[in-house]
Amino acid sequence: MESGGFDFHIVFHSIPFLAKGMGLTLLLTVLGIAGGLVFGTVLALARLAPFKVLSFAAGTYVNFFRSMPLILVIFWFYFLVPLVLGQEIGAFQSVLIAFIMFEAAYYCEIMRAGIQSVRVGQAYAGEALGLTYPQNMRYVVLPQAFRNMIPILVSQAIVLFQDTALVYVVGLSDFLYSADIIANSENRLMEMYITVAIVYFALCSWGQFQVRNLQKKFAHE
Amino acid sequence: MNETKDTTSTDGVGIIQMRHVSKWYGDFQVLANCTTSVDKGEVVVICGPSGSGKSTLIKVINGLEPFQEGTITFNGISVGDRTTNLPKLRSQIGMVFQNFELFPHISIMQNIKLAQMKVLGREDNQARNRSMELLERVGLTDQRDKFPAQLSGGQQQRVAIARGLAMDPMAMLFDEPTSALDPEMINEVLDVMTELAKEGMTMMVVSHEMGFAKRVADRVIFMDQGRIVEDATKDDFFGTPRGDRAQLFLSKILHH
Ligand SMILES: Nc1ncnc2c1ncn2[C@@H]1O[C@H](COP(=O)(O)OP(=O)(O)OP(=O)(O)O)[C@@H](O)[C@H]1O
Ligand SMILES: [Mg+2]
Repeated sequence: MESGGFDFHIVFHSIPFLAKGMGLTLLLTVLGIAGGLVFGTVLALARLAPFKVLSFAAGTYVNFFRSMPLILVIFWFYFLVPLVLGQEIGAFQSVLIAFIMFEAAYYCEIMRAGIQSVRVGQAYAGEALGLTYPQNMRYVVLPQAFRNMIPILVSQAIVLFQDTALVYVVGLSDFLYSADIIANSENRLMEMYITVAIVYFALCSWGQFQVRNLQKKFAHE
Repeated sequence: MNETKDTTSTDGVGIIQMRHVSKWYGDFQVLANCTTSVDKGEVVVICGPSGSGKSTLIKVINGLEPFQEGTITFNGISVGDRTTNLPKLRSQIGMVFQNFELFPHISIMQNIKLAQMKVLGREDNQARNRSMELLERVGLTDQRDKFPAQLSGGQQQRVAIARGLAMDPMAMLFDEPTSALDPEMINEVLDVMTELAKEGMTMMVVSHEMGFAKRVADRVIFMDQGRIVEDATKDDFFGTPRGDRAQLFLSKILHH
């Protein structure tokens, strides 16, 4: 095929296809964050729990997943879990589980730092009022921990947003892979890769901007 | 532990009874064989040098800190007993901290309502009414929708007292309630506490405000190096000569 000069027409023609890819990227990011946050918070509570077995188990989990490359975790859930379960779980489900399990290890450490950043006097105050440990966590400590951690949680979300591009290894058409398909079939590699770069750059810059805003906002309080 | 050495009268009607309580942080002994009791309606002021264990003495009473030896009972319930429902016990003892410890992420009203609803199971409007009564009492009704950071230190501490009172506690513990305040705000807090004492609230107050102690205390406890060195009625405490360290300490805090 002839490809003299740049021709960005192809980009406009493929907007619907790219948008669909972006939809998958965002869906994976949002579900990965939500699931990772919930599971990560549970892990953080376990790590800080006064029961040695629980905190040891959670600690081992976290250290283990933080030592693994994400792509390896994706491979496991895609290739190995079906072998164990004896049935396919589908590419989307398997990468989503992989993301959640992986991200939870990082969110756990973030939440743990967040919980520890809440002044110990706050926990005393809640306990002194008669709140039980779970109530104290739920109404006093965690809301403050989350608030302190929002900027770094958002930063971590941006990293996940970029990491979702790895799903091409299991054949899912996220934003990058969709662009790649068109780039190759239309032989417009430069145009498509430049476009992809601009979109990632724009979205991540916007995210970083939000992080800075949040940091400023909390610095005032 | 060693019941025969018990010379203080602790078998009276004390709502708070502490016998031979010792506590260690590792090798370091924070509380050494502390025995005292506080009767219903009594106001006891605790003073002593920094690091002498005053805060710890207060915190073991409602089980915020564990202790290794001795017994503490509150209203007949053993604090150190593993089967004791500590959250329930704590809800009957109000506590006020040096740094107020209002919850910064919720409004003043919500600060006072939270435990009423979650611990006592009060309905929203019930809790709100009780909160309003108490805010009125500490003179802060117009601040109810603000957040803690928007209030002055003195105002925050008055809210903290209201938050404690909202649980209708049988006793109140204060840990240096005025020492983080600017001088001009100390009195607004002491006034609330004085009024509370006059109404018959049982109070244990860690404080170096000797004017307050002279006005409202029934007894004064002096601590040093984890020990209760003196435990005397107010008149005895301020009237008679005492050990060197207590004398030295007292002369220091009475001079400013
Ligand atoms: N968690 C802890 N681990 C180890 N040592 C501690 C801990 N908490 C307190 N201590 C020590 O116990 C001693 C008594 O502390 P406490 O806070 O009861 O003293 P205090 O009389 O209230 O002092 P201050 O007037 O400074 O408030 C201090 O020497 C302190 O360093
Ligand atoms: Mg103290």
